Amino acid sequence: MDDVAWTRTEMLGPEAPPASAVGIVGWMRANLFSTWLNVILTVAALGAIWLLASHIVPFFAHSVWNASSYSECREIVARTWGEGASGACLAVIRERWKQFFFGFYPADYYWRPTLAFILMFVALAPVLFSSLPRKMLWFSAIFPGVAYWLLWGGSIFFPIAIYLGFVAGYVAFRVAERGPSFLPPLAAAVVTIVWWLFIAGPLANLLPDIGLPAVQSKQFGGFMLSMTIGVTGIAFSLPLGVLLALGRRSDMLFVKWISVGFIEFIRGVPLITLLLVASFLLNIFMPPGTNFDIILRVIIMVTLFAAAYMAEVIRGGLAALPRGQYEGADSLGLNYWQATRLVIMPQALKISIPGIVNTFIGLFKDTTLVAIIGLLDPVGLITSIRANSAWNGIVWELYGFVGFMFFICCFGMSRYSQYLERRLRTDRH
Amino acid sequence: MTMPVAVTAEPFRLSMLIYDTRYRSITIQIIALVATLTFFGWIVSNTLANLAALGKTFDFGFLQQRAGYDINQALIPYTNDSTHGRAALVGIVNTLLVAVLGCITATIIGVLVGVLRLSSNWLVARLATVYVETFRNVPVLLWILALMAVITDLFPAPAAFRGDNATAAMMANGTVAITNRGAYIPWPVFGTGWQAVAIVFLLSIASAWAFGRYAHARQVATGRTLPTFWIKLALIVLPALIVDWLVGAISFQVPELKRFNFEGGGFIDKSLIALWFALALYTGAFIAEIVRGGIQAIARGQSEAAAALGIRPGRIMSLVILPQALRVIIPPLISQFLNLTKNSSLAIVVGYADVRATLGGITMNQTGRELECMILMMGFYLLISLAISTVMNVYNASVAMKER
Repeated sequence: MDDVAWTRTEMLGPEAPPASAVGIVGWMRANLFSTWLNVILTVAALGAIWLLASHIVPFFAHSVWNASSYSECREIVARTWGEGASGACLAVIRERWKQFFFGFYPADYYWRPTLAFILMFVALAPVLFSSLPRKMLWFSAIFPGVAYWLLWGGSIFFPIAIYLGFVAGYVAFRVAERGPSFLPPLAAAVVTIVWWLFIAGPLANLLPDIGLPAVQSKQFGGFMLSMTIGVTGIAFSLPLGVLLALGRRSDMLFVKWISVGFIEFIRGVPLITLLLVASFLLNIFMPPGTNFDIILRVIIMVTLFAAAYMAEVIRGGLAALPRGQYEGADSLGLNYWQATRLVIMPQALKISIPGIVNTFIGLFKDTTLVAIIGLLDPVGLITSIRANSAWNGIVWELYGFVGFMFFICCFGMSRYSQYLERRLRTDRH
Repeated sequence: MTMPVAVTAEPFRLSMLIYDTRYRSITIQIIALVATLTFFGWIVSNTLANLAALGKTFDFGFLQQRAGYDINQALIPYTNDSTHGRAALVGIVNTLLVAVLGCITATIIGVLVGVLRLSSNWLVARLATVYVETFRNVPVLLWILALMAVITDLFPAPAAFRGDNATAAMMANGTVAITNRGAYIPWPVFGTGWQAVAIVFLLSIASAWAFGRYAHARQVATGRTLPTFWIKLALIVLPALIVDWLVGAISFQVPELKRFNFEGGGFIDKSLIALWFALALYTGAFIAEIVRGGIQAIARGQSEAAAALGIRPGRIMSLVILPQALRVIIPPLISQFLNLTKNSSLAIVVGYADVRATLGGITMNQTGRELECMILMMGFYLLISLAISTVMNVYNASVAMKER
């Protein structure tokens, strides 16, 4: 054995991987050029990107901000960048952005919708992020009244009188608590409705007219209108959807039929027909002489529409819960509402989050349909601007702008739902 | 036999309607029933009072009256002398046309993009994601209007195709012209003897079906497979083509540029094109997500097990993955088809004469019969929804997992 001249006593260190398998080259080989099919796909994708970029980049690079008409825009582009060059005529956005955001709201009061919009985030924050102090929820509760008062103006005592209805209902609830268990909610509901129907209006009229100058609904427009309809619809469609879903799964045959009938009817017809009902037929269905606000009518229809879809989403969540959860809640001696509130709903809603947020996104996108019944939401504004002789023929700038704004809102909502899903996932780490 | 000890029945008291859970649900249901009936009664009495005040009656006689307006695109014979009922029928056919075209195109786009999103190619997967997110997060109304504006303002007018220095050219070997009025396409002309071609075509479809049965039976019996797809394709296409070539029954008329416009051939109005493709692209983005979710829902072990059995990749897809994925994909796909059909009611914004534009638009405005028109229109959409979901539910039940 002595003739072994030399023996390695320690292990060799690992060799560096070949240059073609690491770094950018390795990544490209694995992800872009792994097979012939992939090579072809990559080349096609690059071609598509080049085609898009070669149109979009010069379009924005040559954009014109200062012009008073579309023809002037084109003149400026042709003068600066040569004949046949394309350029974005963003002057139209510059000229009309106030209209796009506020519609025909009086310019002196732009601070009111703006403030309401900012306060909306303050009100939403404790709902969206559970790490914030719970006391902030009180502000979330009074926000609808504040927002109504800021947007429409009028006497401050009107929203206060409406809110006092809740207080009256609460008092009735406490007073009736000595009675049988069904009495408190019934008393609260009856007292609140009676208060709203017969007391709130006269009370608000009785008190001095202190508040903001009133703004008519027909002056609403642009993204402010979409936001008003969308946010109100979202806020009311969720509780209504929960009730409908519970009704559809109820043991009580008749309650079930009503829920099923309502849900299937609403889901079977397009939203636009419901909006037409709101604008043509609601006056026929109401007692003679009733005349209520077109925005309110639209909000009611959009809310009912979204609630039916919401009910189906939540029903899916309820069906996905294992039977043991219902039986466990029963065996603890919880009654129906306790079981629903404490055991069933928290889990069912968690399962349904993606569907719920999708319904919200759909509702927000559907607010554009009000353009068809003549309200001037952003889409309605585009049509009226394109009909204006100064901006006739303009396409991409307006649709791109409005589309981009909607994209930001809807994409933001879907990202939030993904965040929420991750955070509420309790079965994995 | 011993009789069981009789439980002394508690005498019924009125308060049990509230306190006893057995009776409480009946009480609640009766209250709900009475409230609902009262509500509808209230609405009906309001409606009657309002109609009386307006001097209107409730009848559908207007459907027999002369409509008096023109419709730019009608698949069934229609003139402005036709009745309102006929106009509504034209609208219904147009709604169904755009719904069918849109559903087919959306499915093709959706399946393609959904598969591309799962591609191992990074760039392609990202592009597909961008498409899906862009189209899903912008209202469909905006897409319809934008597409219409693009066709109207950016596509060439028929005059641009004229002369030696024409700025636009016809596509597909000079047979298709896409203008700012719509698309002019070749259209089949059925000459004498086209019935023979049709009969041969139907017979060849039957023979292809029979061949499929035979090939399947042969594979079950012997284990040997035939190139079924190509043979079926040849069986369906070739005989009809040969007969047509011999008889010369069916020819294509190509649109030609005349004095003011293209003439001859078929014409697809720009409103239909805008609506069709906007709906297809929008719904396609949703379908892509459904397809991706369906394929991802199949456990990885399924394809690995199939590969371990020695099945080729293409057949793994068609025999193992797809049958299982379809079960996940079909139900949400149905609701997307329904959504597309309902979204086609936005046709009015581009002036496409669907049922909402004829019956629920011009007819309603001309006759002032809002209530009757809305009832008919909603009834039509409800019927479509119920029909599609019934058909699809039957299919769904047939592919559902047979669980024991």
